[in-house]
Parts: sequence; structure tokens; C-alpha cells
Amino acid sequence: MNEKSIKQVLGFWVLRLCMGFVALILVVVFYDIITKGAPAVTWTFLTQSPREGMTEGGIFPAIVGTFLVTMITAILAVPLGMGSAIYLNEYAPDNFMTRFIRMSIRNLSGVPSIVYGLFGVALFVEMCHFGTSIISAGCTLGLMTLPLTITASEEALKAVPRSYREGALALGATKWQSIRTNVLPYAIPGMLTGAILGLSRAAGETAPILFTGAAFFLPDLPNSLLSQFMALPYHLYIMSTQHHNITLVRPIAYGTALVLLMLIFLVNISAIILRYRLRQMKKE
Amino acid sequence: MNKRRLKEKLIEWLFFVNGMIAVLVLVGIFILLVRNAFPGFKEVSFWEFLTTSRWNPDAYDKETYGFLAMLASTGMTTIGSLLIAVPLGVGTAAYLSDVASHRVREIAKPLIEILAGIPSVVIGFLGIVLVGPVLAKLTGTYNGLNAINGSILLAVMALPTIVSLSEDALNSVPRSYEEASLALGANKWQTVIKVKIPAAASGIIAACMLGMGRAIGETMTVLMATGNAPDFPQNLLSSVKTMTATIAIELGETAYFSTHFYMLFTVGLVLFIITFFINLISDIIFHKHMKMLK
Repeated sequence: MNEKSIKQVLGFWVLRLCMGFVALILVVVFYDIITKGAPAVTWTFLTQSPREGMTEGGIFPAIVGTFLVTMITAILAVPLGMGSAIYLNEYAPDNFMTRFIRMSIRNLSGVPSIVYGLFGVALFVEMCHFGTSIISAGCTLGLMTLPLTITASEEALKAVPRSYREGALALGATKWQSIRTNVLPYAIPGMLTGAILGLSRAAGETAPILFTGAAFFLPDLPNSLLSQFMALPYHLYIMSTQHHNITLVRPIAYGTALVLLMLIFLVNISAIILRYRLRQMKKE
Repeated sequence: MNKRRLKEKLIEWLFFVNGMIAVLVLVGIFILLVRNAFPGFKEVSFWEFLTTSRWNPDAYDKETYGFLAMLASTGMTTIGSLLIAVPLGVGTAAYLSDVASHRVREIAKPLIEILAGIPSVVIGFLGIVLVGPVLAKLTGTYNGLNAINGSILLAVMALPTIVSLSEDALNSVPRSYEEASLALGANKWQTVIKVKIPAAASGIIAACMLGMGRAIGETMTVLMATGNAPDFPQNLLSSVKTMTATIAIELGETAYFSTHFYMLFTVGLVLFIITFFINLISDIIFHKHMKMLK
């Protein structure tokens, strides 16, 4: 073997090591959370409120809170994201304004989550008088998810062949008729999957809900959209840094981390299965 | 006929308004940050904020709002994270685009996406329970909650962005470049190092800048894993309190519309401006790169 090929073999091994290391990170994260979290996750853990100063009991209110907030996020982000994508892909002319909109979307996706939190405090908690509540937190997360839902929806629209639109237009349909009957039915599965993936991201966010409605501990479940709420990611943060007896509640923290992680992956996987099913249906 | 046309116009107009939402939110964030940041400078001099490092809003006699210590902390954890994430991320991207077989790639790409999907609070938690104790043992510190820990976690958070965008940049290099290099007698390794990576350089730089933007703005990981001492950081083993962590810790404790509240919005505004320009420049570089290769 000459020097040139030795270098190649070595070089490729370095690259393989990089990939291996990234994979190792993933393995370590999952191994640690699953092995230490699984013993804590029991039926009572999932269905009861925290008790005894949050040293016992479960995380039921946090699961409910995360679910409710994510619903508000969906109501705000999904229609707005789809509408934006329809404008950009179907109507927008190729001009400065459109490029400006696209640039804003990309930039919006890079705005730090804590800045969205500040924005939520200023806009929803203060200006709209929603106070610290489910609706404030949900709206904040909704705006944060917007860039993701727009991009995903646009990808779905792009995948619909031009000929579908042209066929409808040639038969005398108006632009909106062609979009409604010949584009959207084919794009909606992709749009929904993208939206669900975006929502699973929102469900795991902590920084934006810190000041917009998440609560340390609540004895009752929220009874309106203007109540505060407990949330899984915030609960994990509390249990791992703010609790008065950190080592005692470590198993609860691990359990919460596992439930959060599993929830996100269940949602992701169901989105992917949903997409697959809907595609099969279209083919028949 | 006319009615139909009117309806069409109306629908198009509605979609246009909806399409403007992203611009609206971006401008809205900026305006609300500015509105809630400026009243703070009635009490605090702008000069003090920019040039002193003591941030002590709870002081008994006189509160001070110096911004340099947290800027240095953010800079330190970010640079540390890039030192880890850039070589690792670009190496992984090069592996995926040039070494891996089709089957490996099909498995590895979803893995990277899964990594991107792990919530930052979970990574922060692992910083406390996993990375912290290891660092404490290695360096002989008390709990291992310091700048290095933050850097390691931020690297994990920035990796998926760097890997997937660098890979896009490498894949966008035309095949003819590669073929020309191989035809001249270079082997695959030489082609990757001397032809593909340089040709994709601007795209890779854009990817790393975007990763840097993520690291600067990351909140939960640094909040949980860096110890949050408000002093000016001495070295990588110092406990540091970044800009994001300062907002996260203090906004909940302060009264609305107090000087402290306004100053925290000022920190948010600075954070917004820094990440805005990093994202903007990265965006411009990336699009120039893609255009050039076309």
C-alpha cells in the first residue's frame, strides 16, 4: 500500500469515527434515560398528581398541561402555517416582497426560544391581558412553531405536480378552485405530518413557557384557558434544579424525562405512519 | 363573471395577508423588545450597561446592570461548543455524503433527526446527572457545572444543524468536480479533502454559523448545566451565567415594569440582534453558495 492509499484509509476512519461518535451520543442519551427512567414509570406515576411536597405521586397534571398547551399551539400554528405556505407556493410572484417574506421565515426559525418567551410576556401576558395562562403559553409556542409549519407545508405543496393545477385551469376552473380541488387534497397528508412534527418540537420546549403560564405546582387541573398549568418539560426542569431535595426526587426527574421523550417519539412515529397511510389511500 | 373574479381577488388578498405573518411576527418581536427595553435607560446609563461587567440587580445600596460578564459567558460557552461541534459535524457530514453506503445513510439520517428532536431540557438534565459528575471527577471540581459542561451540551444541540446543512452543501457540489479530480489520478480521500470540501466551503461556513446562532440562543441546557455564577468567567472551569440563563432565572423573580424587568428585555434585545445578524449573514452566504454552484 502506498502513502496515498494509507492516507485514504486513515482519513475515512476518522470520518467514520465522527459518525460513530454522533451515534454514540444518541445511544448514551437513550440508554441512560430509559434504564433509569423505566423503574419510575408506573400506572400511578402516569395517573396521579404529585404528593408530599412533590416527592411522591405522579405527573398526571403535567401531561394534561402539555396536551392542552399543544392544542392551542396547533390551533394557531397549523392554519396560519398552511395559509402562508399556500400563498408562497401558489400565489406569490417572484419579487422582492416574496424574497423578503422567505428571509423573514428563515430568520424567525433562528430566533432564540427565550426571546419568544419575552415576546409572549410583552404581547400575550401584558398587552392582550391573558395573564400567565394556557392561552398565553400556547400562542407563544404557536408563533414559535410557525416557521416549521410553513416550511413543511410548502414542501408538501411543491410535491404536487404542476400538471394537476394546469389540468384544472385548462378546464376553466379559477385559481382557487384548482388549488382547492386539485392541489390541497394531495398536499394535506404532507402538510399534516409536517405540522405534527412541528408540534412535537413545541411540546418539548421550556424557555417560552417559563414566564407565560407554566407553574411549579398546582393542586388542581386547569379549569379554563386562562388558568396556569403544569407542563412536562417545565416539571423536569423543576425536579432537576429547583426542588428542595434534588437527590430524593431524582427518580421522578428520570421518569418525567422518559415520559417526555417517549411522548415526542410516539407523536413523531404516528405522524409518519399517518403520512404513509394517507399516501396508500391516495394510490388506490 | 365579475362576482367570481371579485371572489378570486379577495381570496388571493387573504392569502397574501396570511403570507405576511412571518414578517409581522419578526417586526413585532423587534418592536416589543425595543419598547420594553428602552425605559430601563432612564435609570441605567447606556455606557454602564455596555462597558461594566457587574450585573447585580438585588444590591442593597445601588443596583448595577453591567452586561460584559454575561456576554463573555455566552461567548465562552459558544466558542467551546463550536470547537467540538464543527469538526465532529463536518466530519459526520463528509462521511454521510462521501463514505457511507446508501443503506447506512438511510439509517443515519433519521438518527440525526432524532437527535435534533430531543428537547433541550432533557439534554440539560443529562448535563447535570451524566456530564457533570464525569467532569467533576476528571477536573476535581465540586459538581462539574461549569462552562465546559455547557459547551459540551451546546455542541450536542448544534450538531444536527451543522451536520444536515453541511451535508446539503457537500451534496450540492456538482459531480463533474469530483469526476475531474478522480480522472486526474486523485483518490477519493484527496477528492473529498482538496476538491469537495473547498468547493462546499461557503455552505459549510453558513451551516456552522447557523449552529453558532443556535448555541448562542440556547437556554435550558446552559441554564441547567453551567452553574450560573454571575462573575466574569476566568477559564473554562468557571461557573458561568449566560445571557439566556440570566433572562430565564431573573424574569420570573422581578416585578413587571421595574428597571430590572426593562434591563432583562434589553438583554433579550441584544440577543435578538446578535442572532438576527448571524442568521442573516449565514442565509446570504448559503444562497450565494447554492447560486454559484448552479
